[in-house]
Amino acid sequence: MSSAITTGFIPQAKPRPPRAPGENYLNVAFGVRSWLFTTDHKRIAILYLVTVTILFFIGGAAATVIRLNLMTPTGDLVPADTYNKLFSAHGIIMVWFFLVPVVPTVLGNFLVPMMIGARDLAFPKINLLSWYVFTIGAIITLWALLAGGVDTGWTFYTPFSSKYARTNVLPTMIGIFISGFSSIMTGLNFVATMHTMRAPGLIWWRMPLFLWAHYAASVILILATPVLAMALILVGVERAWGIGIFDPELGGDPVLFQHLFWFYSHPVVYIMLLPAMGIVSEIVTCFSRKHIFGYVFIVWSSIGIAVLGFLVWAHHMFVAGQSVYSAMIFSALSYMVAVPSAVKVFNWTATLYKGSIAFETPMLFALGFIALFTMGGLTGLFLAALGVDMHVHDTYFIIAHFHFIMVGGAVMGYMAGLHYWWPKMTGRMYSDFLSKLAALIVFVGFILTFLPQFVLGYLGMPRRYHVYPPEFQVLNVMSSAGASILAVGYVLPLFYLFWSLYAGKPSGPNPWGATGLEWQTPSPPPTHNFDETPIVTTGPYEYSMEESAGVH
Amino acid sequence: MMFAEVPLFPEQASTTAQHVDALFFFLCAVCGTMAVLIAGLVLFFAFKYHRRAEDERTPRIEGNNKLEWFWTISPLFVFFIMFIWGASVYTSVALPPPDAPEIFVVGKQWMWKIQHPGGQREINELHIPVDQPVKLTLTSEDVIHDFSVPAFRTKIDVIPGRYVQTWFHPTKVGRYHLFCAQYCGTSHANMVGTVIVMEREEFRNWLGSQAATGSLADQGRQLFLKFQCVTCHSANAEARAPVLEGLYGRTVTLNNGRAVVADDAYLRESILYPEAKVVQGWEPIMPTFKGQANEEELIKLLAFIKSLKPGQTPVRNEEASPPLDAPKVPPGGNPKPRQAVPTSPSQGKSSQP
Repeated sequence: MSSAITTGFIPQAKPRPPRAPGENYLNVAFGVRSWLFTTDHKRIAILYLVTVTILFFIGGAAATVIRLNLMTPTGDLVPADTYNKLFSAHGIIMVWFFLVPVVPTVLGNFLVPMMIGARDLAFPKINLLSWYVFTIGAIITLWALLAGGVDTGWTFYTPFSSKYARTNVLPTMIGIFISGFSSIMTGLNFVATMHTMRAPGLIWWRMPLFLWAHYAASVILILATPVLAMALILVGVERAWGIGIFDPELGGDPVLFQHLFWFYSHPVVYIMLLPAMGIVSEIVTCFSRKHIFGYVFIVWSSIGIAVLGFLVWAHHMFVAGQSVYSAMIFSALSYMVAVPSAVKVFNWTATLYKGSIAFETPMLFALGFIALFTMGGLTGLFLAALGVDMHVHDTYFIIAHFHFIMVGGAVMGYMAGLHYWWPKMTGRMYSDFLSKLAALIVFVGFILTFLPQFVLGYLGMPRRYHVYPPEFQVLNVMSSAGASILAVGYVLPLFYLFWSLYAGKPSGPNPWGATGLEWQTPSPPPTHNFDETPIVTTGPYEYSMEESAGVH
Repeated sequence: MMFAEVPLFPEQASTTAQHVDALFFFLCAVCGTMAVLIAGLVLFFAFKYHRRAEDERTPRIEGNNKLEWFWTISPLFVFFIMFIWGASVYTSVALPPPDAPEIFVVGKQWMWKIQHPGGQREINELHIPVDQPVKLTLTSEDVIHDFSVPAFRTKIDVIPGRYVQTWFHPTKVGRYHLFCAQYCGTSHANMVGTVIVMEREEFRNWLGSQAATGSLADQGRQLFLKFQCVTCHSANAEARAPVLEGLYGRTVTLNNGRAVVADDAYLRESILYPEAKVVQGWEPIMPTFKGQANEEELIKLLAFIKSLKPGQTPVRNEEASPPLDAPKVPPGGNPKPRQAVPTSPSQGKSSQP
């Protein structure tokens, strides 16, 4: 089927180091050292894949206990203190050690050099360093969470975190602080790579949208992460030495922390989302066999999200005593940031029009992304409305909204991407039936888990409640039942993807008939990605053959 | 109890709740339409254009600028309506009706302490009359809490070191949940209570049945004497500090020329951090009462100062309780012993209300 696709990429006659037939990045060397000291972006991607997958299941285990505890209004499973530590651990691990790194460090690391026709990232050693830094940060934080735990929530609001909490606040924050450097290194590496290492002919406006999305996300990583680092340091010095910054007893302002925290933590949502949106753009075009609808608008919407994302942080603080005028400005800006997200959804929908749509597993996950992200985005409009936010702020409505965005959006997108590029990464195909089943289970389980939470939220059930009034039980049990289905959907891929490594059919270089440079090289790719440097003459989505290829 | 078995929509028990719900339904309608439209299009395309043959071809469509601008611009109009509507509801909650009686709330780990203007106190319960607005002034003794009454659709973060205000106009008699909505530590989920909206007559009876040692302002008056505030803030001609009669809500000029309104926050700051804002013409000799007056006592002092009309400043006499201890002189302040009565008015006037 790939023969039907003309790619428009002409190989350039530039010799690469010769390789033995069948040699690829996986079998070129063996042993622990060949992995721990590798500078190959593809191997580092695998290191990250293993690390974040472990962290995902640890964070998921915490979520499981949370949902089990909420089966009864009296919270019979765990004591209040343990419950608080569990939701804190869930948030901390999932946000900083899974959602932020997952797409850039796994799929981004693997694909950014391949998509631009380069041998590696601009700074391969820094890339490896970023994994070590990330892993050290993760180990410190995990140690802090397991050896006593932390009960501040992932948001570390002051003065609770800086003065009143009697748990491992400092070690946890040190781990997060350290892992932040890994984010910055990854972001810098991507920006530098995209500026300097694009293949001949790969002008900016021919870059795949996956790369544009990663570029925008990288800029946020570089600019926002230092602000989180500052906020954590300030909490640390107040907690350790009693230097008054946030504690009103010491002349500080507790709300200042929220400003600093959300100045990072709102843009961070777009660090999670933008790369996932990039994935969806690649997949929707491939499985509709269509040119992307409105390429330039999607690019600008990514940039728009990255810029506007920095200007909406105080919408997390509408009930935190800010002035009415400040609240109005941030409400208006929050509506502005909804526009570029809507533009993307419209464009993906329009791309389907007159396509040739194949429902392969990655496409099912991508369609799931569109559905869940749209719902997440639309419920965001409720929260941007000051009058409604006043009621649903800090309730399960918020929980449901951001899980639609971060799990229904970012994780769904990641799953789509993982299934799309898995054959490229491993050279193997996974079970078609089981993977489609997993996509269905995840979608159904997700809806059942989080849809009741919107109702709970409007009823007024606050978040982070270990016990709750009995009339909320039915909806909570529904949510917990959905979570158990969702858990099956996440565990299942673990099995069939592992299984594919041993028993999967060889995928060939381009199983989906996709355009894009990464498909022009064997699967798994050789260490240097391309035997000959590709030359790019067309845009990235030349799926439609009616007109002459090469015109963009 | 009044709670239905499996509610799907919260009780609507205040005027604000009606406004919030109207906006909520509008948003549901608009967003629901959009969701159905997008889902419908995706499903329709997915069905209509599903791949029928492996070598199927597709037309090359790069986009359509008119369409792009249409769906970039048109949401802005819809969003503008949402924004304006949301802001107007929010603004109405930010501005309490001036005549509403003021109830004070102090949050602490993990309880709500409530003081009525008449001096009645409650813990984790708030009794209020129906069909009459009430104003809440809230603060926290420790961490940030949030006073949330879903049936009223109001919620406000209760921030230590600050006074925040909210208000509601209950429209329905009943018992409603009061939640702490801002995570505040171990027993956050137990920092809950009940708001009891009663018929006015019933409420009056309830107020009468509650033991109270004088109104909040009376209790503040006792503290005003106990803390020896009256020694300097007296109505004498040779007072060392400004008299506080009719001060609340007035604009005062500071010694740096700035003008500030003497509101709750200013009064609180002046009691706890007297050097922060010194009134023009007075010396910064007032000692801090930080660590001596707790949040509830501060509220009583505030209630007293607010109620203080011309000629009502108490006279220090034998009935007043003796001072707890001599207030400490602030560093850099006037080291003059505080019991020394100034011989002439010019010798030193204190700054603070």
